[in-house]
Amino acid sequence: MKTREITVTVNGRKRTVTVEVRRTLADFLREDLGLTATHLGCEHGVCGACTVVVDGHTERSCTQLAVQADGREITTVEGLAGPDGELHPVQQALRDNHSFQCGFCTPGFVMSIYGMCEEKKAGRSVPCSRAAIREELSGNICRCTGYQSIVDGAEAALAGAGSDTGKDA
Amino acid sequence: MKPPVFDYVSPATLEEAIQALSAPDDGDVKVLAGGQSLVPLLNLRLPQPGRIGDIKGLDELTGITEEAGYLTVGALVRQREAELSDVVRTACPLLHEAIPLIGHTAIRNRGTVGGSIAHADPAAELPTVAACLDAELVARGPGGERTIPAADFFTGFFTTALAEDEILTAVRVRSVGPATGAAYEEVARRHGDFAMAGVAAQVRLDGDTVAEARIAISGVDLAPVRATKAEAALAGRTVDDSILDEAADAAVADLSPSSDLHGSAAYRKHVAGVLIRKAVAAAAARAREAR
Repeated sequence: MKTREITVTVNGRKRTVTVEVRRTLADFLREDLGLTATHLGCEHGVCGACTVVVDGHTERSCTQLAVQADGREITTVEGLAGPDGELHPVQQALRDNHSFQCGFCTPGFVMSIYGMCEEKKAGRSVPCSRAAIREELSGNICRCTGYQSIVDGAEAALAGAGSDTGKDA
Repeated sequence: MKPPVFDYVSPATLEEAIQALSAPDDGDVKVLAGGQSLVPLLNLRLPQPGRIGDIKGLDELTGITEEAGYLTVGALVRQREAELSDVVRTACPLLHEAIPLIGHTAIRNRGTVGGSIAHADPAAELPTVAACLDAELVARGPGGERTIPAADFFTGFFTTALAEDEILTAVRVRSVGPATGAAYEEVARRHGDFAMAGVAAQVRLDGDTVAEARIAISGVDLAPVRATKAEAALAGRTVDDSILDEAADAAVADLSPSSDLHGSAAYRKHVAGVLIRKAVAAAAARAREAR
């Protein structure tokens, strides 16, 4: 079978779509659902720009097929801000620390840092030193090399993710 | 950078999956587990399978259990699940040490233990762990189940003893006893990259001397290499600098890695020697703590 109907919940909205089975999840999000904030850099799992959250865990959307995500719940960077456009605490922390240059890698960094904050809130030990943050974020590449301010933003986001509300202090 | 056209099936049971593999009408059939090796390769169009069998629905391939002195990890267990498992940490510390070196968290959240072993990348961590521990690799095919020792499983470059119509279902290793320690050391250009060389080591002590040492090396041949001469050099001895040198020299003398962009053959041999010293020393220190 070259096409298949899948049902996924994306940013809280349930969708049933017929996709080509060779469609990657990233292309499905971008081309079929019009959610173009998820970016594609390397398309083989190295650069991290396409990172999304699937069933509560960060995953690469370029190295899985849309059909593999059938029945699962996906959050993209479009799903983080509040309904009135209020930035998610992770986005706010990155904004406050100027953690962007050209912005191409930003959606992937935001989702990876969001994933770290969620793990921390869930009570998993997430090492929060700068060295540990760099290690954890080594799966996301910024070709502007703006890592200092990205690590600053991640540090601030993680510091604010101690409580279950996840609000910045 | 987009996957080629293929036929896709997602069997609900292991029987159905084996049937799907046994009846290839057009071209190769590839088993898709987490997809962290296969999908990047599909994007590069290196494999061009006629059919892909997605085994995500095979619940019988999930779960981590320890029973009668053996740890069994289902082939579909996510690497991240094994990494965070207390059962794995106590029953197989080597696996616990090795998994964090695989890719990145987002890769391990999806990548499976069985998928990495069946993919058989000679630079990868899990095949090296399997080789080091003489893991039993459980496979099911049309003829039923069989258990393949790791020494027979990795037959060459990205090549295993699995038949076309067989599926790896579980990995089984002997649980460690007391006075046993493990370490995995590797050198890669960046965290998450494929290692230029890596060493898995597990040491069991009897008093101060080595009762058993197990060492396997990644990235230096077409498949993981078991360093049997180094293991023999360590047996019955107390781990100190001179015995570490002796073991490393014995292991490295037999290696003939190839040169590539990332490192020359001579450099890889040197790195393998250094990593053997580090990994065995760390494993022995942990074994002393575990007495």
